[in-house]
Amino acid sequence: MLTTDEDILAKAEDWRKEGKAVAIATVVDTWGSAPRPVGSHLVIDEDGNFLGSVSGGCVEGEVVTEALDVIEAGKPKMLEFGVADETAWRAGLSCGGRIAVYVEKVD
Amino acid sequence: MRLDLLTALNEERKARRAAVLVTDLADGDQRLVRAADIQRDPLADALDERLRMGKSGTIESGGKRYFLTVQAPPARLIAIGAVHISQALAPMAKLAGFDVTIVDPRTAFATPERFPDVRVIAEWPDKVLPELGLDRYTAIALLTHDPKIDDPALNLALEAECFYVGALGSRKTHGKRLERLAAAGLSAHAARIHAPIGLDVGAVSPAEIAVSILGEIVLSLRKKPLRSEKDRAA
Repeated sequence: MLTTDEDILAKAEDWRKEGKAVAIATVVDTWGSAPRPVGSHLVIDEDGNFLGSVSGGCVEGEVVTEALDVIEAGKPKMLEFGVADETAWRAGLSCGGRIAVYVEKVD
Repeated sequence: MRLDLLTALNEERKARRAAVLVTDLADGDQRLVRAADIQRDPLADALDERLRMGKSGTIESGGKRYFLTVQAPPARLIAIGAVHISQALAPMAKLAGFDVTIVDPRTAFATPERFPDVRVIAEWPDKVLPELGLDRYTAIALLTHDPKIDDPALNLALEAECFYVGALGSRKTHGKRLERLAAAGLSAHAARIHAPIGLDVGAVSPAEIAVSILGEIVLSLRKKPLRSEKDRAA
């Protein structure tokens, strides 16, 4: 059962050692009400499979998409998410908080 | 992240050793600082503080921003007593993310049939607890009602500064326990024992008592910083 951020990092290592390209997304900052605490991880493989969470499911889709770019480009990226803007085609947090997510490739 | 750093981080966790991954947020440069090496690191004070709080976070130093991924050993629950309450407590605690071990020298109680999917050790606590290596990331629940089994575990748990020490029994039973603690010269630690055990949720059945114990353990883990009593006194 994958319940803790530590189990998730162990999985990231397994995936990489199986030869898959892997990215790790980490919540590095939160402002206001945020669903997951600083330090929470989401790991993503080259096929878009993912484990863990950086929010309550609100922004994972977009983080996975960005992670695939990071895997491709190799350079880390900082993402920020705020309140959902219904007029924009962009993911957001319905809880009203803001989070910063650092996405990096496992080399 | 370099794969060797990720592997090392995972290794430290398996060995129940604390470590901090330092990431320079401007250029992505990273290093892993093991607990034993913190004092030699340029960011020693910040790393030390974060590790004590058990919280990852961003810091600024010398005009640079660093993210510290703090990895404290996973919280562990050792239940003394392979009793009815433990049969409910073990799966609940496991689900909540605790690494669970049951210790009871009575072989009729400590069987894998009664505790599927949990480590059960049929041995006296004073023999097995030193081998398990108690630490500040360990919770101990004393559930046997038998001083011969509970007391040695209690003394070791207090010495090791386990973040939670709970003892089953009535106020009267606990009164006698405190007398024995005084006789052993350990009265100074008496206030750290949660007794009667568990949050007062009006629990009646073994499973309800397990809920109240687990709730109290989570409260101790999350509401109090996991730091040494010595540090707190200083």
